[in-house]
Amino acid sequence: MKLSGAHIVWESLVREGVEVVFGISGGAVIHLYHALPEYPIHHVLMRHEQAAAHAADGYARATGKVGVCLATSGPGATNLVTGIATAHMDSSPMVAITGQVATPFIGKDAFQEVDITGITLPITKHNYLVTDINELAMTIKEAFYIARTGRPGPVLIDIAKDVQAAELEYEEPSEVSLPGYQPVLTMDTSQIKQAAHLINRAETPLILAGHGVILAGAEAELRQLAEKAQIPVVTTLLGISALPETHPLCLGMGGMHGEAYANQALQQADLVMALGCRFDDRLTGPVNTFIPRAKIIHVDIDPAEIGKNMMCDLPIVGDVGNVLQLLLPTVKAASHPAWLEQINEWRRESASRDILNQETDELVPQYVVRQIWHATGGQAIVVSDVGQNQMWEAQYFLHDRPRGLLSSGGLGTMGFALPAAIGAQMGHPDQMVWATVGDGGFQMNIQELATVVQERLPLKMAILNNGYLGMVRQWQQIFFEGRYSGTPLLGPDFAKVAQAYGISGLTVTEKPQVVPAIEQAMEVDGPVLIDFRIVQEENVYPMVAPGSAIHEMIRRPQLA
Amino acid sequence: MSKHTLIALMEDKPGVLNRVASLFRRRNFNIASLTVGHSETPGISRMTIVVDADHAGGIEQVEKQLYKLVNITKVSDVSHEPTVIRELALIKVHATAPTRAEIMQLVDIFRANVVDVSAESLTIEITGLEDKVDSLVQLLRPFGIKEMVRTGRVAMVRGSNGQTPPSANYSGFAMADGPKGRGLDLNKVS
Repeated sequence: MKLSGAHIVWESLVREGVEVVFGISGGAVIHLYHALPEYPIHHVLMRHEQAAAHAADGYARATGKVGVCLATSGPGATNLVTGIATAHMDSSPMVAITGQVATPFIGKDAFQEVDITGITLPITKHNYLVTDINELAMTIKEAFYIARTGRPGPVLIDIAKDVQAAELEYEEPSEVSLPGYQPVLTMDTSQIKQAAHLINRAETPLILAGHGVILAGAEAELRQLAEKAQIPVVTTLLGISALPETHPLCLGMGGMHGEAYANQALQQADLVMALGCRFDDRLTGPVNTFIPRAKIIHVDIDPAEIGKNMMCDLPIVGDVGNVLQLLLPTVKAASHPAWLEQINEWRRESASRDILNQETDELVPQYVVRQIWHATGGQAIVVSDVGQNQMWEAQYFLHDRPRGLLSSGGLGTMGFALPAAIGAQMGHPDQMVWATVGDGGFQMNIQELATVVQERLPLKMAILNNGYLGMVRQWQQIFFEGRYSGTPLLGPDFAKVAQAYGISGLTVTEKPQVVPAIEQAMEVDGPVLIDFRIVQEENVYPMVAPGSAIHEMIRRPQLA
Repeated sequence: MSKHTLIALMEDKPGVLNRVASLFRRRNFNIASLTVGHSETPGISRMTIVVDADHAGGIEQVEKQLYKLVNITKVSDVSHEPTVIRELALIKVHATAPTRAEIMQLVDIFRANVVDVSAESLTIEITGLEDKVDSLVQLLRPFGIKEMVRTGRVAMVRGSNGQTPPSANYSGFAMADGPKGRGLDLNKVS
C-alpha cells in the first residue's frame, strides 16, 4: 500500500503503542499534521515547544511509557532543547520528532533551518536525520527501541519535509538490528553471591535507592529485600517512592537537603548497596567524604556510571529488578535492632530541630505541603518545580505511591512542573495530579494554563508564592552576605490569571484558609489554582554547604 | 601522563566521527591523536585514538562512554598488548644543491623516501613509530621545514586474531572476502 512519509510516521507510532503526542505545528511538519487526524492518536496542542517536551517527559515519568513530542524545524526544534536535556539527565524514555527543511535545502541556511541533530548530540541517547523515505519506518522503530531499553533516554528524529511528502510502498520494518547497541540482558551470578555475602556480614547496612529502582519497576523487590534483612533505605530525590515513604524502614531523601537522620545514617553505614543511583554531587558532597565507613555495592544498568563518580567495592551491571530477584533468595533474614534504634534516635532529634515546628501562626510553605499530603492521603501524583518548593515537597509530602513524585532532578529545570503535570494527567486521566510550584518556575510556562483548559484537565496547582527566586535568595542570604541581587520577583495575581483562562483561582493569605482551600480544590470537578502567599524568607533546612561532607549540615537555627 | 591507544570500530554512518569528537570534548577527555578510515569490513570504520587516561579519570571510563554511542561496535585498549604501531609523515624541507646530499643521507639512514624534489625543496615520506618520526623531524629542523603533515598513530595487535567481535550481530552487513579459517561465522546472528 502506497503511503506518504507522513502516514508512515503515524503508522509507526501506532505500532509502537503511542496514544498521545504533545506538539506545536509549523511549516516543516504540516504534512504530519495533515495525516494525523486519520490515526487514533490524540494530539495535545501546547503553547511552547519547551512545554511539549516537558509534557512528553512528565507522561513518561508518570506511566513508564515512551513520551512523544513534536515540533517544527528551526525555532520549534530549538525550543525543545531544554526539555530534551531535562529528560536526558533523568533518564526518561522520550522520542522527539522534528520537521526539517527539504533535503535540497539542508546546509544552505534555509528558512527555519537549524542543525538540530548537531545541537542535540550531547543531550540525546541517540538521534537521527531522515533524508530517505526508505529508512523512515526502521528509524522510528529503532528510536523507540533505544529510548525504552537499557538506561532509558530521549531520542530525536529529524525528518526532512520532502521525506514526509514523498510516497512509498509501505512495508512493516523487520527486526531492529543495532550491532553497536547491546543493553545488558544477562547477569554474572558470581557477583550476586558476593553481594549476599557482604550484606549478610554487615552490621549497619543501608540501601541507597535511586531512580533506577523506579525505572525497573522494582519497588516490590526492594521492599522484600529491605524487610527480609531489616535494612533501612535512603533514597535520592529521583528515588523517592522506591519504597513507600511511610514505611518504617524508609529514611527518605539524603544529600544536600536530606533530613539529618538520612545523612547521618549514610555516613555511619558499614555497607551501602546503591541501586540505580549515579552518585550525583547533590547527594554526595565531595566524593572523598561520602559514606566513608561503607563497603559499596553499586548496581546499575549503565556500566559507565560505575566508577564514574565513585569507586565501589562490588560493581554489578544489570537491571535492578533482575538483580534483586536473584539476590533475594541468597540474603539471610536478619535484624539490626541496635542500628535501627540509633537511626530512630536521630529521627527524634530531627523532629525537634529541622522538621519545622508546625506550631506557628505564620503561613509557612512546609505547612502547605503537609496539608496537601494529608488531604490526598499521600496517593496523588505530585509534580514539583525546581528550587525551595521542590525541596519542601521532597521533605514534607511522604510519597507512598510508586512514581508519585515527578521532579526535574538532574538538570533542575524551572518551569518543568506545569507542563509535566499536563503530561502526567494525560497519562492518568482518572488520578489526582497536583503541581506544587514556586512563583518563579510557574511564570516560566504559565502559558500552558490554556492547554489545561483546552484539554479539560482537572489539574490542581499550588503555588508557593514568596515573591523571590527562593533557592537563590537562600544562598545569597547564607553565602553572599544577604545581597539579594536579581532575586526579588514580581508576579501577577495568579488567581486572576487563572480566572482569565477560565480556571478556578483561589488566593490564600492566612494559615486558617489553607485546609479549606485545599479541600475546596479537591472537590472542584476541574482545574484549580491556589496562590499561597507564604512567608517570604523561609529557608530549606538542613542544608549541606558546597564543599562540606553531608554530615556537616547547617541546621535550622534554634529559637531563643 | 599515561597515554593509551584505543581501537574503536563503528558503523560508517554520517556524523559518526562528530559523535566521537563531541563525546571526548564534553567529557573532557584529552585526545593526543585521532585517525579514522575504512576497516576490513564494509560499512565499518576503524578509529585509532591516543588518549591521556589520567586526565580522563581512567581508561575504563573512556571505553565505557564510547560504548554508550549507539554506532560504536567495539572498543579495545591495546596499550599493553604487543602491537604494530605506525605513523606516516610527509615533510617538505628546504633543500638546495649544497644541502641536498646531506638531507638524502638522513633519508637513507631512516629508510624514508623522497617523494618530491624541486630546486628549493625535498619532500620526504616516512613511516614508523612516533619516536622515529620525531627524530627525523628534529634532524631536519636546522635545514628549515616548510610544511609537514602527520597522520597520527595507527595500531594493530600482533598475532592471528582480528578486532571484529565474534558474537556481534552482523545480519545487517554483507561479508565481502571474509577472513577464512578463523572458525568464526560472522554471518550467524547471535
